[in-house]
Amino acid sequence: MNKIKNFIIAIAAFAGSSLLTGCKDLVVIHSKGMIGKDERDLIFTAVALMLLVVVPVIILTLVFAYKYRASNSNAKYDPGFTHSTKIEVVVWGVPIIIIGILAVIVWKSTHALDPYKPIEIEGVKPLNVQVVALDWKWLFIYPEQHVATINYLQLPVGVPVDFSVTADAPMNSFIIPQLGGQIYAMAGMKTHLNLIADEAGIYDGRAYVINGNGFNGMHFKAHVTSQEAFDSWVQEVKNSPNSLTTDVYKQLLKPTEYVQPQFYASVTDNLFEDIVMKYMMPGMDDMQGMDAK
Amino acid sequence: MNDFLGRLTWDAIPIHEPPAVIAGAMMIGGFVFLVALVTYFKKWGYLWKEWFTSVDHKRIGLMYIIIAIVMLLRGFADAALMRTQQAISVGSDYGFLPPDHYNQIFTAHGVIMIFFVAMPLVVGLMNLVVPLQIGARDVAFPYLNSLSFWLFMVGMVLMMLSLVVGSFATTGWINYAPLSEKVYSPGVGVDYYIWALQISGIGTTISGINFFVTIIKMRCPGMTLMKMPVFTWTALCSNILIIISFPMMTAALALLTLDRYLGFHFFTDTAGGNPMLYVNLIWAWGHPEVYILVLPAFGVFSEVTSTFSRKPLFGYATMVYATVSITVLSFIVWLHHFFTMGAGANVNAFFGIMTTIIAIPTGVKIFNWLFTMFRGRIWFAAPMYFTVGFIITFSIGGMTGVLLAVPGADFVLHNSLFVIAHFHNVIIGGVVFACMAGLSFWCPKALGFKMNEGLGKASFWFWLVGFYVAFMPLYVLGFMGATRRISHYDFSTGWHPLFVVAFIGMLLIAIGIGCQVLQILVSVIKAKQNQDYTGDPWDGRTLEWATSSPPPFYNFARIPTVTTLEPHWDAKHNATPIFDESKPYEDIHMPRNTGVGAIIGLFAFTLSFGLIWYIWWLVAASGLAIFACVVARSLDHDIDYYVPAEEVERIENELMLRRNKA
Repeated sequence: MNKIKNFIIAIAAFAGSSLLTGCKDLVVIHSKGMIGKDERDLIFTAVALMLLVVVPVIILTLVFAYKYRASNSNAKYDPGFTHSTKIEVVVWGVPIIIIGILAVIVWKSTHALDPYKPIEIEGVKPLNVQVVALDWKWLFIYPEQHVATINYLQLPVGVPVDFSVTADAPMNSFIIPQLGGQIYAMAGMKTHLNLIADEAGIYDGRAYVINGNGFNGMHFKAHVTSQEAFDSWVQEVKNSPNSLTTDVYKQLLKPTEYVQPQFYASVTDNLFEDIVMKYMMPGMDDMQGMDAK
Repeated sequence: MNDFLGRLTWDAIPIHEPPAVIAGAMMIGGFVFLVALVTYFKKWGYLWKEWFTSVDHKRIGLMYIIIAIVMLLRGFADAALMRTQQAISVGSDYGFLPPDHYNQIFTAHGVIMIFFVAMPLVVGLMNLVVPLQIGARDVAFPYLNSLSFWLFMVGMVLMMLSLVVGSFATTGWINYAPLSEKVYSPGVGVDYYIWALQISGIGTTISGINFFVTIIKMRCPGMTLMKMPVFTWTALCSNILIIISFPMMTAALALLTLDRYLGFHFFTDTAGGNPMLYVNLIWAWGHPEVYILVLPAFGVFSEVTSTFSRKPLFGYATMVYATVSITVLSFIVWLHHFFTMGAGANVNAFFGIMTTIIAIPTGVKIFNWLFTMFRGRIWFAAPMYFTVGFIITFSIGGMTGVLLAVPGADFVLHNSLFVIAHFHNVIIGGVVFACMAGLSFWCPKALGFKMNEGLGKASFWFWLVGFYVAFMPLYVLGFMGATRRISHYDFSTGWHPLFVVAFIGMLLIAIGIGCQVLQILVSVIKAKQNQDYTGDPWDGRTLEWATSSPPPFYNFARIPTVTTLEPHWDAKHNATPIFDESKPYEDIHMPRNTGVGAIIGLFAFTLSFGLIWYIWWLVAASGLAIFACVVARSLDHDIDYYVPAEEVERIENELMLRRNKA
């Protein structure tokens, strides 16, 4: 079974890559993260498996349509041919086998690629990043570094990242297509997306669910650099003039479009938790609870 | 707000938005032209007596189809605007549609194409064909059938009205909360959406019940379930889906209405509401909805393949089992529309596997059509072109669908243009092609003349090639991280060339639609030359071809008795008669026409207009009027009559004469 699977992957990867490497903009194919690569391989495997049926169907359709055209009197005409146990067994059997194999792949891959599942790499501590979907920009909070940014993400290469995601605006979806996965950002709820970047580079990050007039401008760049460059970036941000206080955050809640990256040298403690919790308790809707602190 | 007009003011007329003005002017112009035309030819009385008040399933079916074709033009105009915007709105150019307008357009496009094009085409075909296929004289509840149509019309009128009075929703065709809640969408757009879908949805539910009862109770003697034509089988399953799933949509919209009008908190972010409940409810309806559309499409292809291959359908029983299993499975897959919500791996895997399982019966169906063609004598009339185009296109669309059902793949493809490419692949390749095939196939039955073949085939080629040119780039764009519903992007994304290709595809489809419109015009003008009096132009196999074309209002002078799966074919070729012609004609019991459906429709329109604009007196008055209509109808016992046997004989002799001449 595994042999077959590897064989299919090999063929699919070859076909897929030879067809598609021509275009560097195919970010999902040219994935730069472990999760994204696994997801891409999964796509190739599933497609290859299905082509086993789809290609013959397309060929047979054309062949039958051509061969049995009315003007071809040489072709056999057998109006009594309306049932054949052999054919019925094949037409049920082949899809059942293929879907059976696919079902196993679905079960395994869904667990392996569960966005909540932490990525474990020995000796490397994961980085926590908190993500808030706002109207119409992304807020990123680095709780351990105590810095925050708007529409700008900096990540160290080879370090697993655990994104905690919520929204303080209409529901959205957080994705960096070249690194893989996506997860919904929903008010009053916290979701997780675990990703890792294998290569340094600058990758587009996007908002994938329509959320109003500023939707087009709600994207950011994810800058993946070495750990050292990441650390010095953190220092740089810490030396920048602005801080993300509750008042500043309230300003951020006002809808704005095409927001340029912004950097905050410090962040109010537990801001992310407060953003999630304000929807959970009556009276905290306007973040009065935050003011009290 | 004033007491008399609610929140309706002159500001509601979008005179400052050029695209809206042009669209509105075109719509009003078309409407005025139609009214003038009907008035000039003094046809109002005829229209009212023969069509608007008709309870004849064939006329109602035709009205559904006419409206669907008009709305196809509107929905396509929206598509053309979107394709144009996306082809030019790159870098420093922001195109000609501001986001608010663009968002209205993609919302309207989706709503129109699903609810006011695909649904009426499918429901229209069911109306035309099902009673004839089962040897019945009408549907079980003819008046309700008329009411369904008029409630559907209310939705359609509201959609069109939102172009010129106020604005439409900007929330996407499925109208996700919390974006559709009052706090984020305070205008009338979402209210137009809610009432257009709520009112027409109630019509659809009634229609579903009507056809379910019709198929279960009104089959002619001898037609057991396993002798039903496949189109009727798919219609039965489709209506079962309607009965079970549409109330979920009604409920979801009702809860959203309570949120928006009375400050409830079902789907709000705040005060304990949960927007994801809306997402679940709407897809619990939305996924079966896909099969409501595509099952009858499969039915059409089954009839067409078998008729034009001059062979009975291969594996009839398997086809039925496959249809029924898709019906059942369609209710346990809805979560695949939001694998990315954050459900656990077990939940996602379960729904992923359930979804992939649907590929099995669907695959079986495709093989059955293939083996129906195998050793057949295929007559390549236009419907058969669409069928071959469908099998190939739908196989590809099915494959990308199964791919999206794999949660790990869906994580990177969800909400990208890949999804758009997929569902247009199955809806155009499946439902649209089926409706086109079905229209040319049954047109001679409904109207008594064949559609123009050449233009039909031209339209097929433009649709087919146009589809591939327009949507294959969208699959690739999905792999490039192109977001659905976006109306501006940067050059650095590399998306621009592909959007331009898609734009060209749209132009090809436009030519295809042009061919269709031309085809309809030419066919109507040249109706005399293409007249078919035989009632059976395709050498058909099922009961609808056993009566004249167009059928008399009572469908069958004598109720047929069937003993085989293909009664009409066997009557022609195997000497198994279906009509007992030794017996004299009998009086025929028929329903009377009624204007109540149209009048309730009118008040349902004023009711929803009042609700949208907060004109409360109008709401109260319309509500009372509807209630009065319902009461009056219930007290009216003069709802049916008998066509005397002599009259039947006279009509039948006339038809016979005509048939013999042909």
